[in-house]
Amino acid sequence: MRLSDRARDLPESGIRKFFELAEARDDVISLGVGEPDFSAPWAARTAAIDSLERGKTSYTSNRGMAELRERIATHHERYDQTYDPAEEVLVTTGASEAVDLAFRALVDPGDTVAVHEPTYISYGPGIELAGGEQLTVPTRPEDDFALTRESLEAAGAAEADLLVCCYPNNPTGATMTEEEYAEVAAFCRDNDLRVIADEIYSALTYGADHASIATQPGMRERTVVVNGFSKAYAMTGLRLGYALGPMDAIDAMNRIHQYTMLSAPTTPQYAAIEALDRCDDEVAEMVDEYNRRRRLVVSRFNEMGLDTFEPGGAFYAFPDCGGDDEVFAEELLEAQGVAVVPGSVFGEGGEGHLRVSYATSMRELKEATDRIATFVENR
Amino acid sequence: MDAEREVLDVLARNAREDIDDIAAQTGLDADAVADAIDELEVNNVVHGYQAVVDWDRVDEGKIRAIVEINVELDRETGYEQVADRIAKFPAVDALHLVSGDYDFAVEVLGETMQDVSRFISEQVAPMPEVTQTVTHYIMETYKDGGIRFEDGDDDDRLSVSP
Repeated sequence: MRLSDRARDLPESGIRKFFELAEARDDVISLGVGEPDFSAPWAARTAAIDSLERGKTSYTSNRGMAELRERIATHHERYDQTYDPAEEVLVTTGASEAVDLAFRALVDPGDTVAVHEPTYISYGPGIELAGGEQLTVPTRPEDDFALTRESLEAAGAAEADLLVCCYPNNPTGATMTEEEYAEVAAFCRDNDLRVIADEIYSALTYGADHASIATQPGMRERTVVVNGFSKAYAMTGLRLGYALGPMDAIDAMNRIHQYTMLSAPTTPQYAAIEALDRCDDEVAEMVDEYNRRRRLVVSRFNEMGLDTFEPGGAFYAFPDCGGDDEVFAEELLEAQGVAVVPGSVFGEGGEGHLRVSYATSMRELKEATDRIATFVENR
Repeated sequence: MDAEREVLDVLARNAREDIDDIAAQTGLDADAVADAIDELEVNNVVHGYQAVVDWDRVDEGKIRAIVEINVELDRETGYEQVADRIAKFPAVDALHLVSGDYDFAVEVLGETMQDVSRFISEQVAPMPEVTQTVTHYIMETYKDGGIRFEDGDDDDRLSVSP
């Protein structure tokens, strides 16, 4: 069939190659997984089952169930984010849909969208599908991959129309402090940049509370915050996310959403209500466990001589492998059966690094890091 | 969180973690971990370390029963004294004073059902304070020590994902 140029020109994700290499073997310990190893809290799952038993299989309101939007708004008060559940919250099919809607609602053909890299792989294609052009802003190991005013300036982001900000970051695990955001926010205000803040990992921070660019002075009205249930509540497959933002932006996103999605799936909305009502303790336990794994993994990589900065969030460590990351990852898989994702898959600035997911049991993490240490020694 | 609590959280999940791994997971140094473990043991916060065993999978495994015991106290004899006497039997694996319809919940471990029955009827029931016992043999264990007893936990996630 003849395909649209748009579809044909869309590049294949670099992660696909490693997926295929890893799938070809059955003895692999994978540190390449971008989702929790926990299942959704049982209380949330039973709420979903219960809703099905009661026959709750119709559409919900376009914006999502009112009870859910109210709870989302209340939940976000913990980050000092205040949004009106009636007009400033939109429930979406995964945070991915919210990101896509934000691009479609905020980007005109020819607009420039600044994206810091290395980062999650969906923004570039999303921008392209919306007719925009990506401007890459490399973040640097010496800044622990935080976004700085200098890197924005050096990349020419002053000319951009929009900035995508993803912290805690996939793949680096980097977080931003209030102070670091203050200078980025000033840059955005000075240059009239709007922001899409993908904060899907906000619940998974270690030591310091999550900070958001949206709560910086003058930023609320120019920022769409994207979040969801996938990472915090281990609900990736239930596909439920949401956007928070000023009324005009959420309204525009909802207009697209009502034609393309109609409403987010109903069953996970019931699970999400229960998750917000009752599952804080379970999230806290998951965070404690991730934190123990994080410390173990970071100290083991540093011990084996692969420089690793202390990631403040998400469930990734980003060791410097001291050379070509693709070659390292391929040889490691070949020699020791451990899968990691080369940092360059996540864009400029990721070269020479590996994304190591610690969303895997402690036992497997120990075995995998032992194997990597053997690999490094023999290299 | 203080050091002892962090170490305790790790041990409560996996008592076989070695000191270096606990140090790595908590961010403490190895000496601090060793000190914390000593403190926990000396202060009787940690009484011991045991495996969580599914006895049904062991040849010549063990029989487990939960026994409800009602007692009658008098001026000289309180719960403590009765508990002390019941706890001395090696067959008693766990002993709790509980609220509700009966006084003590006792977990008894034996080689056979007859062993357990004999132990209750010959050793526990005749105690002067004991007025009633009800024995529940455990037919099947689904979860113990916070661990679900089942065959392997299949990880059906994609091996590499963004």
